Amino acid sequence: MIPASFDYHRPSDMDGVIALLNEHGDDARVLAGGHSLIPMMKLRMAEVPHLIDLQAVDSLRGISINGSRVTIGAMVTQHDIINHAELAKVAPIMRETSLQIADPQVRYMGTVGGNVANGDPGNDMPGLMQCLDATLHLVGPDGTREVAARDYYEAAYVTAREEDEVLTAISFDALSGGYSYEKQKRKIGDYATAAAAVTIQTSGGKVSSASIAMTNLSDVPVWSEAAANAIIGTACDADAVKAAVNAMLDDIDPTEDNRGPVAFKRHVAGIILTRAITRAWDRA
Amino acid sequence: MSNKMHIKLNVNGEGHEFLAEPRELLIYTLRERLNITGPHIGCETSHCGACTVTINGKSVKACTMFVAQADGADITTIEGLGGPDNMHVLQEAFREHHGLQCGYCTPGMITRASKLLEENPNPTEEEVRFGMAGNICRCTGYQNIVKSILAAASELNAAKEAAE
Repeated sequence: MIPASFDYHRPSDMDGVIALLNEHGDDARVLAGGHSLIPMMKLRMAEVPHLIDLQAVDSLRGISINGSRVTIGAMVTQHDIINHAELAKVAPIMRETSLQIADPQVRYMGTVGGNVANGDPGNDMPGLMQCLDATLHLVGPDGTREVAARDYYEAAYVTAREEDEVLTAISFDALSGGYSYEKQKRKIGDYATAAAAVTIQTSGGKVSSASIAMTNLSDVPVWSEAAANAIIGTACDADAVKAAVNAMLDDIDPTEDNRGPVAFKRHVAGIILTRAITRAWDRA
Repeated sequence: MSNKMHIKLNVNGEGHEFLAEPRELLIYTLRERLNITGPHIGCETSHCGACTVTINGKSVKACTMFVAQADGADITTIEGLGGPDNMHVLQEAFREHHGLQCGYCTPGMITRASKLLEENPNPTEEEVRFGMAGNICRCTGYQNIVKSILAAASELNAAKEAAE
């Protein structure tokens, strides 16, 4: 499995990255952890004449927590997230999700930026970013801009990011309350058959606000406002959870693949969301 | 090819400098260029973990890294952990507890396990299983691999205590 030949670049700052993207246009792509792009290059499904490795761009590596505002650089790895004590305290759902991505070796390399930016429906971070209403920070030749995660995903591998833009960070407000990321997969390292990200805030023994997003059940991550609305104002009793599941099932659009037929995926999605809501409620 | 790069690697404490195409996968660099054949090629798709090496303190599957990415890196392979005359505690434990049958996955298993024990010197069985989830063995059913790693952890901890 030998990929097509390419020129390798390792710029040390974002100006260098942007300059290379400008110079080489569609012939250039950035490389983060490489665990999506390199397999595609090995299969020659991606041809990248100019590969721009982001590993030396230190500005992409930080995790900063400012009050409830969490900012995570694009090159922060899943391993970094799992081992960041302060982040685990402020936004434990980031750790819970990261622990369910791939396997230990891949998590040392796999980055938040790659997971978020690529637009692969199988990735876990896109759904989580929608659940958290995260902001995606992009930089391009015309400067920086921000895109809401909920507006970013257009179709499989098609996103709001322009070809000459790079995702530099994600940020979100970490709300206290219950949370859960539940994922059903066939084996370690597999993408989800179905996964659900749920956050719940409570007041007076009832859900005061909630957010629900689903992974790998459509060609984009699915943020289901209707599912969240179904549990708001309730004590997450069985009927409310069932209503949320039904609302979610109206929003997803899974396709048959080697993880199973559509009916099975819808069945699993219902079970996973039920578990996620129940766990988030228990933790709220 | 015209686009060869000057690459520097430090593998098991020894410096290497050579010209290579950036697209060369690190596992081929190690095995075919440097003749370091401990890391194996199993699936070549980053699933099986037979090619696991330690790069700058991280367990990495060397089939999913270009040599260009590793330029300047410190790399440890199974050869750097121990050999027939100076076995690593993990190698002894795998032998003692029958942690291998055909042995094909073993270099990756032990290299990964060494990093796991460095980060978590006293793991539970569950933590060992979770920490080794990136390495596949088709012979042993994992039972004896887990046993070997737990035994090595005990031994390393006992040696540490004795030294204190």
